[in-house]
Amino acid sequence: MITTSGLTKVYRSRGREVTALDGVDLHVREGEVYGVIGQSGAGKSSLIRCVNLLEKPTAGTVTVDGQDLTALAGRGPRAGRELRQARSRIGMVFQHFNLLSSRTVQDNVELPLEILGKSGKERSVKALELLDLVGLADKAKAYPAQLSGGQKQRVGIARALAGDPKVLLSDEATSALDPETTRSILQLLRDLNQQLGLTVLLITHEMDVVKSVCDSAALMQNGRIVESGTVTELLAAPGSELASALFPVSGEAGGEDRTVVDVTFHGEAATQPVISQLSRTYNIDISILGAAIDTVGGLQVGRMRIELPGRYEDNVVPIGFLREQGLQIDVLGQEPVLLKEGAK
Amino acid sequence: MQPLLSQACWDTLYMVGWSTVIAVVGGLPLGILLVLTDRGGLLQNVAANKVIGQIVNVARSLPFIILMVALMNFTRTITGTTIGREAAIVPLAIGAIPFFARLVETAVREVDGGLVEAVQSMGGNTWTIVRKVLVPESLPSLISSTTTTIVALIGYSAMAGTVGAGGLGDIAIRYGYQRFETQLMWITVAILAVVISLIQFAGDYAARSVHRRGGRSGPAPRLRLLKAA
Ligand SMILES: Nc1ncnc2c1ncn2[C@@H]1O[C@H](COP(=O)(O)OP(=O)(O)OP(=O)(O)O)[C@@H](O)[C@H]1O
Ligand SMILES: [Mg+2]
Repeated sequence: MITTSGLTKVYRSRGREVTALDGVDLHVREGEVYGVIGQSGAGKSSLIRCVNLLEKPTAGTVTVDGQDLTALAGRGPRAGRELRQARSRIGMVFQHFNLLSSRTVQDNVELPLEILGKSGKERSVKALELLDLVGLADKAKAYPAQLSGGQKQRVGIARALAGDPKVLLSDEATSALDPETTRSILQLLRDLNQQLGLTVLLITHEMDVVKSVCDSAALMQNGRIVESGTVTELLAAPGSELASALFPVSGEAGGEDRTVVDVTFHGEAATQPVISQLSRTYNIDISILGAAIDTVGGLQVGRMRIELPGRYEDNVVPIGFLREQGLQIDVLGQEPVLLKEGAK
Repeated sequence: MQPLLSQACWDTLYMVGWSTVIAVVGGLPLGILLVLTDRGGLLQNVAANKVIGQIVNVARSLPFIILMVALMNFTRTITGTTIGREAAIVPLAIGAIPFFARLVETAVREVDGGLVEAVQSMGGNTWTIVRKVLVPESLPSLISSTTTTIVALIGYSAMAGTVGAGGLGDIAIRYGYQRFETQLMWITVAILAVVISLIQFAGDYAARSVHRRGGRSGPAPRLRLLKAA
C-alpha cells in the first residue's frame, strides 16, 4: 500500500546539511498497522512527511496505493493539482492535533470536505457520521478549546477520515496524551483499521504503542531502517533489538565465568518444561535472572533470562539443546552470527 | 459653535472611515503576502519579499505631513483636487496601508504552522490556506490591528487641516493654537478622547467576542494591541 524506495532527504540550511533520511526502503502492506519507532532525530517525522510529500524527498520514490507520488511533485515548492488530489486520499493525524480554533468540532471535520468541493448537506451528514464513529457525536457544536486532549485527537482522526482515505498517517498521535487516553486512541485506530480496512502508518517513540496495535514494525536509526518485519518475525529474529525492546527482561550476570541466555517462548514451546529438562539432562544448576509473559501483536510470548555456569564455550551443547526445543535463544555478549556458527 | 463642531466631527469620521476601509483592503493582502513570500513561506520569493518589505518600511517611516506633500500630484490625478476631505483621504489611506500591513504580518505570523500543514495534508492549496486558516485564525488580532490603525488615523487626520479638510484636529489647532479660544479647544480634545475611547472599546469588544469562541489558546488580543501600538 505504501512503498518507499531509496528515500533520501537532506535538509540544507545556511550551508549546513543534515541527512534526515538515508535510503529508506519501507513496505507497508494493505490493511496492516505499521509502526516506525526510533530515537529523537532518527528521521521518523521526515519519513512520514515524505510519504504525502509535505516534505519533498531529495531522492527516491514514494508509492501510495499504486500511485507514484514523487512523480506528481513537480519541480517547484508548491504542490500541483494532482498531488493535492492524491493527498486528499491520505489521512493524517498530528501530535498536536492541529485543529482550527476558530471552527467548531463539526466544521473542523467538514474542512477536508469543503476542500473536496462537497455540498453543505453532504458535508454535515458525513461529519456527523464520523463524529459518531469516534464517539463524539454530542460535541459537534463545541469548539476545540472546550475539549480534552483525547477528544481533540478523536476530532483529528475524524477529520483525517473525512476524505474516505485508504491510508492513515499518524505522527506521534498519542505522545501528548496520558497513558489511559493513549490506550483508548490506539484502540480506536485498531478498530478503524479492522472495520474500514484502513492501512495505518504510525510513528512513535513508545514501545508500548507498537506492542499494543502494530502488525509490523521498523526501527529507525540515523535516517535508516535498521530492522523491520512483522512483529512475529521480529520476535523470532535472533539478536533483534526491536524484539528485546518490545519485550525486555533484565538481570545481571553473577560473575565472569557465567553465560547469560535469553530464552523466548512462543506458541507450543511455552507449555513444555524445558528448563527442568535441561537441568536434569546436563546436570547443571540454572538460575533464573528474570522472566516475563506478555501479549505482543496479539500473541502470547514469554521470555526468560537464565544463567548457566561456565563460559559460552562450555555451554555450546546445552544451548544447542534449547534450540532444538524450538526456542529462540539469544546469548548475551555474543553476536548473532557467531551464535549461529556455535550452534552447528 | 455646535454646527462647527458637528461638522468637524463628521469630517473626521468621514476621512478616517474611508481611509480605514482602503487601508484594510490594501494592507490585508500586502501583509499576508509579506508572510507568504518570506523564506520558508508558501509562496517563497525572497526577492519579492525584500522589495515589498522595503517599500513598506520606507512608507511607514515617512512623516505624514511629508507624505501628504509628496503625494500632491498623485492626489490630484485621483480626486481632481488637492484640497478638502477627499484629497486628505488619499495620503491618509496610503500612509495607513503599510502601517496596517505590518500589523497584519505580525498577526498572521502567529498562526500555528501545524494548521497550515494540516490543510496541506488535506490537499488544500495556498488560497484555501489563506481563506480557511490564516485569516480566520488570526481574526482577533486582525480586529485589534484595525482598531490600532483607526486610532492612528484619527491622529494623522488632525494634520489634514493643512489641506483644508477640516475635522476635529483642525479646529483644535485653529481655535486653540492660533486664536487662543481655549474653551473650544478643550471641547474638541474631550470629543476626540471620547471618540477614541469608544472606538477602542468597540474594537476590543469585537476582538474578544471573536476570540472567545477560540477560547484559551493564544494571548489575549488586548496584550498584543499594547505591543503593536
Ligand atoms: N526542516 C528542517 N530543517 C533542517 N533540519 C531538519 C528539518 N526537519 C528535521 N530536520 C533534522 O532532520 C533530522 C531528523 O528529524 P525528524 O524530525 O525526522 O526526527 P524524528 O525521528 O521525528 O525525531 P522526534 O522523535 O524528536 O520527533 C534531525 O536531525 C533534525 O534536526
Ligand atoms: Mg518527529
